[in-house]
Amino acid sequence: MANAPTALELKDIHKSYGDLAVLKGVSLTAYDGDVISILGSSGSGKSTLLRCINLLENPSRGEIIVGDESLELKPAKDGNLVAANRKQLEQMRSRIGFVFQNFNLWPHKTILENIIEAPIQVLKQPKAEAIARAEQLLEKVGLADKRNAYPDNLSGGQKQRVAIARTLAMDPQVLLFDEPTSALDPELVNEVLAVMKELAEEGRTMLIVTHEMRFAKDVSSQVIFLHQGQIEEMGPPDQVFNHPKSKRVQEFMASHS
Amino acid sequence: MDLQGFGHLLISGTWVTIQLALSSLLVGLVFGLTGAAAKLSKNPIARWLATGYTTLVRGLPELLLVLTIYFGGSQLLMWIAGSFGYTEYIEIGPFVAGVAALSIAFGAYATEVFRMAMMEIPQGQWESGLACGMSRSRTFFRIILPQVWRLAIPGLGNLFQVLLKDTALVSVVGLNDIMRQSQVAISSTKEPFTFFMVAACIYLLLTAATTAFTMFMERAANPAARGNRG
Ligand SMILES: Nc1ncnc2c1ncn2[C@@H]1O[C@H](COP(=O)(O)OP(=O)(O)O)[C@@H](O)[C@H]1O
Ligand SMILES: [Mg+2]
Repeated sequence: MANAPTALELKDIHKSYGDLAVLKGVSLTAYDGDVISILGSSGSGKSTLLRCINLLENPSRGEIIVGDESLELKPAKDGNLVAANRKQLEQMRSRIGFVFQNFNLWPHKTILENIIEAPIQVLKQPKAEAIARAEQLLEKVGLADKRNAYPDNLSGGQKQRVAIARTLAMDPQVLLFDEPTSALDPELVNEVLAVMKELAEEGRTMLIVTHEMRFAKDVSSQVIFLHQGQIEEMGPPDQVFNHPKSKRVQEFMASHS
Repeated sequence: MDLQGFGHLLISGTWVTIQLALSSLLVGLVFGLTGAAAKLSKNPIARWLATGYTTLVRGLPELLLVLTIYFGGSQLLMWIAGSFGYTEYIEIGPFVAGVAALSIAFGAYATEVFRMAMMEIPQGQWESGLACGMSRSRTFFRIILPQVWRLAIPGLGNLFQVLLKDTALVSVVGLNDIMRQSQVAISSTKEPFTFFMVAACIYLLLTAATTAFTMFMERAANPAARGNRG
């Protein structure tokens, strides 16, 4: 997708917790329509990397560019970078969708209310328009009949599909998924992967941290293998899965197939 | 309810008690939320002040607070006004002193109730709000506070029950509440048993109404527990 416009670019992202360096200079570019899977063993920094992109964690160094806009950062007292411009941060976050491992739906709101909250509050959409869009999205993720239910009454797979619909309601430029199926019972994983696959086929730009190897191989345009906070290998799925150059990746693939 | 002509006196006393309790509740909720936010704040001075407030107030008898604010408050206000050159006598009325004392006490306990409730809200609830581009304050008011509220209602209901009974303390500084009006009735009729029983019944009615209202609020704040809507 190298001729497509850039959707997201990370330049030399570092992150430390005290003396513990968790990210040690990660750079990557996602072009429009790219689906980038991020693999790596537990503790390699995958979540931290995703969370640095929308500043749920404050990186210690680096640059984050969404579309053609660079996020303005300034150093804080603790040595991390914080947003220099709160409005810009909020505006950039509204263009970056984030799907959490634990869904983080709002339990006091109905499914429909979960989906229309941010479009109304942040994008200032008229309520009727937000509802019409939410209904389309619920249809898309197969949960039209749950619009008036509350999150606590849904299964894990249904919750994650709602969370995806909630993210899509903002019509984000990039979607970030942090192990979206890891908290699910095995029989519920496929319903969520099916929705994500559909998004990939629609040409949505996505960064997906996952342990679902078959899925990653199937939908990715690029695969990144993270090891101890650095990119160990990056390339098209055929390379990383079938002919990895790095010995570590070879071992990882051998133990995960 | 004639009660030898003292019925209307007790009714007006009940009204005063209700006004005192509700005003103290409102002000006390503000103190409690502020206290909890301060205790959970990153700012060490805010945390220190809030801890000082709750430790001090929870360690003092409510009666002492009432007396201190009623008698000491006038003195303090006059002293402050005096330093601006104002020398008239300033009096804090028993109602204002009562609201101040009871809301300060309520707020100290409510601080703990709100703090515990806020700590029960998973960090992920904040994160999903912020990740959509909502500001911190919008996330707090739209996402966090309704959930805090829901968790805090039972504890606040108990505290309000205590507050309602503590309103009787304000009768010692001359507020014409249920307690004082029944004593007035007793001193002319010499029928303490009758009037204390009437006062007891009124308090029981008020606390029962509070319990019912708390249960109603719990249900209203927790639609999810009622299952699907519509
Ligand atoms: N808030 C934190 N404080 C200290 N260490 C952390 C924190 N969050 C993550 N870490 C550490 O950073 C490393 C990478 O974590 P994470 O990004 O969650 O890994 P992954 O998602 O790849 O499993 C781990 O060693 C983890 O213990
Ligand atoms: Mg992780």
